[in-house]
Amino acid sequence: MKFLYAAYAITWLIHIAYLGTVAARYTRLQREVEELNKK
Amino acid sequence: MKKAFPIFALLTLVLLSYALYEALVAAPTEQTMGDVQRIFYYHVPSAWTAFLLFLVNFVASVVYLVNRSDKADMVALVTAEVGVVFCTVVLVTGPIWARPVWGIWWTWDLRLTLTLVLWLIYVSYLMLRRFSSGSQTPVMAAVLAVFGALDVPLVYFSIWYFRTQHPSPVIGRGGSLDPRMARVLLINWAAFLCFAVLICWSRYRLERLKREVEETQALEALLEPRGVR
Repeated sequence: MKFLYAAYAITWLIHIAYLGTVAARYTRLQREVEELNKK
Repeated sequence: MKKAFPIFALLTLVLLSYALYEALVAAPTEQTMGDVQRIFYYHVPSAWTAFLLFLVNFVASVVYLVNRSDKADMVALVTAEVGVVFCTVVLVTGPIWARPVWGIWWTWDLRLTLTLVLWLIYVSYLMLRRFSSGSQTPVMAAVLAVFGALDVPLVYFSIWYFRTQHPSPVIGRGGSLDPRMARVLLINWAAFLCFAVLICWSRYRLERLKREVEETQALEALLEPRGVR
């Protein structure tokens, strides 16, 4: 059972990690948009 | 369109939860492997989703090479990135399944090696896009994607035409999968496909915004008065 749970957990860890990088890139971009709007 | 995204996200979440329940609880236990066989419901749909994303990447790359469409270029980039994520899942869950069943984590068998090569091709595609600057980068990336896509049918059909350590196809020609297991497999594939569409959708929006910001910054740099030396 530990192999089964490990496989499922790692699958979601990979997806969540990727979604985290997308969210971080989006936040950075939002900051740049705000800076552009200020100018 | 703005309302459609959260509704689709919610539906995907519901479908993923139902698919997880089907995979862990409702699906029958396989007689020889036992519960570890349930990795199949994540491993195979992830592989099929990755193949489909690489196929879309191939089509978008060809469209880009033909008419230099910016949208096609963005679709190609996004599908390659999400495809690599799903291919990573395949390469990680495969060895976790292999260890208790084969007694080894990895073997240089044709299917496994070709899948690793596929992953490396698309990782190099993403690295090319990330670290190469210049107007020719999308063209070079599209050419690489067209050649890289040739590996997809090789990976898929390797277990049809060659004897490998990897199991033979259980679905389709000569497959003998229990219909209840096939049903759970298809539910999980549908769930992962919806999830892939959702990620591609958000990533596409991000890429479009990024390009708009870059264009505005470039325009601003051009209009900015230069200091007199």
